[in-house]
Amino acid sequence: MNAKGTVHKFGDNVDTDVIIPARYLNTSSHKELAAHCMEDIDSDFVSKVKDGDIMVAEKNFGCGSSREHAPIAIKASGISCVIASTFARIFYRNAINIGLPILECDEAATDIKDGDTVSVDFNTGVITNETTGKTYNAEPFPEFIQDIIKKGGLIKSIM
Amino acid sequence: MGMTMSQKILAAHAGLDEVKAGQLIEAKLDMVLGNDVTSPVAINVFEENGATAVFDNTKIAMIMDHFTPNKDIKAATQVKQVRTFADKYDIKNYKDVGQMGIEHALLPEQGLVGPGCLCIGADSHTCTYGALGAFSTGVGSTDMAAGMISGKAWFKVPSAIKFNLVGKPQGYVSGKDVILHIIGKIGVDGALYKSMEFSGEGLKYLNIDDRLCIANMAIEAGAKNGIFPVDDITREYCNGRYQGTPVEYTADEDAVYDEEYTIDLSTLKSTVAFPHLPENTKTIDEIGEKEIKIDQCVIGSCTNGRISDLRVAASVLKGRKLAKNVRCIIFPGTQQIWLQAMHEGLFDIFVEAGAVVSTPTCGPCLGGHMGILAAGERAISTTNRNFVGRMGHIDSEIYLASPAVAAASAVTGYITDPEKL
Repeated sequence: MNAKGTVHKFGDNVDTDVIIPARYLNTSSHKELAAHCMEDIDSDFVSKVKDGDIMVAEKNFGCGSSREHAPIAIKASGISCVIASTFARIFYRNAINIGLPILECDEAATDIKDGDTVSVDFNTGVITNETTGKTYNAEPFPEFIQDIIKKGGLIKSIM
Repeated sequence: MGMTMSQKILAAHAGLDEVKAGQLIEAKLDMVLGNDVTSPVAINVFEENGATAVFDNTKIAMIMDHFTPNKDIKAATQVKQVRTFADKYDIKNYKDVGQMGIEHALLPEQGLVGPGCLCIGADSHTCTYGALGAFSTGVGSTDMAAGMISGKAWFKVPSAIKFNLVGKPQGYVSGKDVILHIIGKIGVDGALYKSMEFSGEGLKYLNIDDRLCIANMAIEAGAKNGIFPVDDITREYCNGRYQGTPVEYTADEDAVYDEEYTIDLSTLKSTVAFPHLPENTKTIDEIGEKEIKIDQCVIGSCTNGRISDLRVAASVLKGRKLAKNVRCIIFPGTQQIWLQAMHEGLFDIFVEAGAVVSTPTCGPCLGGHMGILAAGERAISTTNRNFVGRMGHIDSEIYLASPAVAAASAVTGYITDPEKL
């Protein structure tokens, strides 16, 4: 499985309130949530994002609320993968559980710039910045988590 | 190698003699929690995957607190979906308007969580129950659905940071100041993926409400959980209240911690977190007398909506009036706290000062309803997050503080030291 797309770059401590503001949590519709994705940090995001694009951020991405609406909104907006220096732990769990691919790689997260074209090989964890030609190795998931992903998410892995 | 208190609870619930930091385990759950925002997503996952039964209808709590009393048609529709599910599966702890309170004030009060229990909740502030000696952590809706089906969850065993609390807090210094001080020191990702374990002789000066407030904000340092040892203060609170069987775990003497801090409570001052992160802290003496003008004061929430918080706010507001153009909105955490505050005459003090008292709800804390800010407005708030746009417009600002500082600021219209009022 691979991903390739244009990068939307964010900084440190992107919280779930700016990913999907609470005023929109009165719905669980993926489409409605996607329509407001990143609204309070980049009001143009929804009009710019294309299917397959990649989100890159620095440390503690997804901090704050446990709302699964945050990874749902990102996934439904068309983002194929999120790369960050570190993820807040509930966001990390939620992304795995709903099947939004995420990778922790500090070097890539720091280097890659907004608008770069990046490709990701999920089997090897290799991230390639096609704009600069530089490659990075992300930490692979532990086997236990790979197993959840292979089975198609948490619920399918327990039923 | 010894285990931390959190590791011991996880090991016991995983049926293992020993666990180590970094180990992935599956553990049995004593309580699975959701609210009116996260339960609908969990129910969708539950139903879409063809689940037909819950693991135990007494070990699931669904608390309708975020947008209730329902703020609009969409919110009402979400609560209706949860109510229908709760009826179908006979969920014993479904709490709607009339019985509900703010979930993290309600579950401890109703004895649904207690010493030694393992709880997950689809709400990040589920870490609150660590105050009672429980291992309790926030998860998402899919984890909640999996927990409702199987009664289990997977965990990566956390390492821990130890906070040795010594000395006696002075004046108006409360649990809120302790946790804001710590977050200011270690940062919003200072405890990422880790347990925050509190200990030390200073604990005897922290009542159960202070401890619930401290554990509540462990997530604001990125922690997986915050936890307090069980002592006489815990036992006095939980005895006759906790519906389960309390089990007291203690950290091994040779437990290994990633870091250890000693915090002398006697040296702490009232602390305020400036926009837009809880780590942006200043002590009250670092803030000028008329430096930060405020438009709104919010006292309540799962962080500071308990009876001792309301008593402190009332002691500051008694016989005083709010500054011109300041709105002060008070949110008792539960119906029981509401009644107690009313009987103690606190509502007379609040209303005579010019404040309003709301039904329990998460309300403005997450910018839901009941006190939203316009562009350029500032709030002083006893809640837990001051992120961009958290209480309303993205150009509004939130300053986090204790109930005493919030109340004093409502009186002067500027962030104010209650000692100087």
